[in-house]
Amino acid sequence: MAEVGEKIDAKPGSRSSRNALLQLRQLSPLLSLVALLLLWQLITSAQIYPAFIVPPPAAVGEAFIEALQSGLLLKHLGVTLEEMFFGLILGLGIGLSIGYAIAKAPMLEYTLSPVIVAFQSTPIVAYAPLLVIWFGSGPTSKIVTTAVIVFFPSLVNTIVAVRAVSPNLRDLMTSLNATPWQSFRQLELPSALPVVLAGLKTSVTLAVIGAVVGEFVTQGSGLGYLVTSARNQYDTPLVIVTVLTMTAIALSLYSFVVLLEWRWLAWRRRSKR
Amino acid sequence: MKLSLRELVVDFKTPDAGRLPALGPISLEISPGEFLCIVGPSGCGKSTLIRTLAGLQPATSGSVAGDDLPITGPLSTLAIMFQDANLMPWRTVIDNIALPLELAGVDKARRHKAVNELLPQLHLQDFALSYPAELSGGMAQRVALGRVIVQRPRALLLDEPFGALDAMTREKISLELLDLWREHRQTVVMVTHDINEAVLMADRVVVMSSRPGQLVADIAIGLERPRAINMIYRETFLRLVREARAAIDLPDS
Repeated sequence: MAEVGEKIDAKPGSRSSRNALLQLRQLSPLLSLVALLLLWQLITSAQIYPAFIVPPPAAVGEAFIEALQSGLLLKHLGVTLEEMFFGLILGLGIGLSIGYAIAKAPMLEYTLSPVIVAFQSTPIVAYAPLLVIWFGSGPTSKIVTTAVIVFFPSLVNTIVAVRAVSPNLRDLMTSLNATPWQSFRQLELPSALPVVLAGLKTSVTLAVIGAVVGEFVTQGSGLGYLVTSARNQYDTPLVIVTVLTMTAIALSLYSFVVLLEWRWLAWRRRSKR
Repeated sequence: MKLSLRELVVDFKTPDAGRLPALGPISLEISPGEFLCIVGPSGCGKSTLIRTLAGLQPATSGSVAGDDLPITGPLSTLAIMFQDANLMPWRTVIDNIALPLELAGVDKARRHKAVNELLPQLHLQDFALSYPAELSGGMAQRVALGRVIVQRPRALLLDEPFGALDAMTREKISLELLDLWREHRQTVVMVTHDINEAVLMADRVVVMSSRPGQLVADIAIGLERPRAINMIYRETFLRLVREARAAIDLPDS
């Protein structure tokens, strides 16, 4: 122990410079954002484009405050969040359970894969109108659009994750007379969790796309509708405000999943050291 | 626990619906408290034999029995240890060892008490809350051994338990295993590819032929217990090793 202490004392300079480097690394994502804002400001100051095409950052800031105060933004945000929430639950629920079933019964994959692959390879934007015809222009059609887009990554990740469960650990559980529920809870679930959570990161960002695409098609409410109506009125600052709001939703959900990983996969952090 | 194999045959299905004979016919009786080692060329069905005794592999014909009761599935009185440590990476050492108790419905306080009593014997007392990835190969294998011992089984089935370890660690853990066995005197069936290890540890060494595995030699090891590492220089030890090796080297008929 003393030896380690001496080494640190002997080279105080290298240690503090390493700390500074570490701090810089933590700040660097912020730097790119600042650079982007600066570039934006420069372009608008140079007046290369008229303000209704590229409004300056300040105008977008004003539009944000106005949309917030009038309640316009929160109203549409609430609608979109609600659609996303139920769409995510539905899509994840179906994706996880069918994925698990397919992983356990390979015959199912042969039967279902043509339908699933066809579903996935068709662009959702193309058949979103069809979903509106079937499910009406209310929230249901947008929930379904979200669910459909979320379904595929959660399905694929579940299949991969459950198939990757170690056969030796399965043997161990069998030799210990584990019940099917015990095998699921103590082996399959913790073993599959890292891959499933990685898939969830994709799913939550796709959920924003799903809901917004649905709103583009139906019109009426939600952030997708707000973007379209703002564009029709040449209110470019409001368009940008709405788009940035969508970005914020996606980033928050993504961070939430990262938080879940941090909590549930603590053992991985320890193991990496 | 007495273990018996009667005319045991195990075949594997091949992808073209054929049958690949893996083992037998083989008959063998292992007395209660006996330490038996099985040696043989790789692919001779040693692991299949262990898996059949563990109730993980059904017999094609013939039977296996524990205390004259047929074994058709895993028994709680019979514990198996695999070639690699086979630990759950998301469980700490203590929770890996406690897994069998947890599955049996033992409450947390009681199972942690049981494991904590075991940790010093396994030289793991400082690693109770470590994760498997933080352990060396030898320590991981000790955790696997603990997970077997904690079940207080009446028979231990060890499938090349130290096969993945370096020679030094291997020797050390083998002797530790003998100490643990001396205390509890379970019946032990251990598969190994190391003839020296087999002779040093066992009361009896059986040699199997290549596939389909059959018994070609059954050698009683008369060395006194407790065994010590310096016994490997004895004339009798060398004679027994030579005898086992000669049986393995028999040409395939």
